[in-house]
Amino acid sequence: MDDLGVVIAFWALAAMTIGAAAMLILVRNLMHAILFLILSFVGVAGLYITLSADFVAVAQVLIYAGAISVLMIFAVMLTPLSERDNSGNFLQLPALVLSGLVIAGVTFVALETEWREAGRGSFDTTAAEIGEALLSPFVLPFEIASVLLVAAMIGAIVIVRDD
Amino acid sequence: MSIVLLAARVDLEHVLIVGAVLFAIGLYVALSKRNAVAVLMGIELMLNAVNLTFIAFARFVESPRPLDGHVFVIFVITVAAAEAAVALALAVAVYRHRETIDVGKISLLRW
Repeated sequence: MDDLGVVIAFWALAAMTIGAAAMLILVRNLMHAILFLILSFVGVAGLYITLSADFVAVAQVLIYAGAISVLMIFAVMLTPLSERDNSGNFLQLPALVLSGLVIAGVTFVALETEWREAGRGSFDTTAAEIGEALLSPFVLPFEIASVLLVAAMIGAIVIVRDD
Repeated sequence: MSIVLLAARVDLEHVLIVGAVLFAIGLYVALSKRNAVAVLMGIELMLNAVNLTFIAFARFVESPRPLDGHVFVIFVITVAAAEAAVALALAVAVYRHRETIDVGKISLLRW
């Protein structure tokens, strides 16, 4: 990917995504943390577009930035007597060490491995091919996913029903 | 100066490093926050980082069927949506009984 505009867009979106995710750690109010999470989701959708994954980017905006974040806001508002602060627990230092190890390890592997890069350009359209792949080689996982969604929906209703 | 030259294009390694940083932030949030909703936010951030890595491999790496990575991302998003619905329902149900969703105070299953 050498097109200058795409490169600038990628790094700007990467900075926005990681900055918003870092604000998730620093901000003190849980509601503000959810708003930064939405910004991070939108930034990831933009990164998908720069990597020529248009259908996945739209799905990301619809499902993550649209549905899951609204569910989270509902969950915070339905628990009004619980603490609203976004404070940490006793695992902060081990979690910091583990996160640093993850960054160091993945960076080392990504830089040292000889990836078989294709050198092809960006994809023209992805939605049609994704649809065909979902209905011919991946038809069984596709049907199982629908069963999983129904099971999760019924399970969520049963768990929150009060009787 | 060499870092500026290195960042003047986007290769597979750059996207993988961005995904690793995002995953590490999600891991930190999931492990170190008190509120159950904040822990779930960290898990969603980790899933997003993994999806970004899938898309990067689909875009850059030699493969006979490169768009299968996108299909995997669709499945991950589906499972994440189901998981978020059940987890938030659990948080609301726990709150009804104990008036808190602090994961440090929910220790009913400890023995």
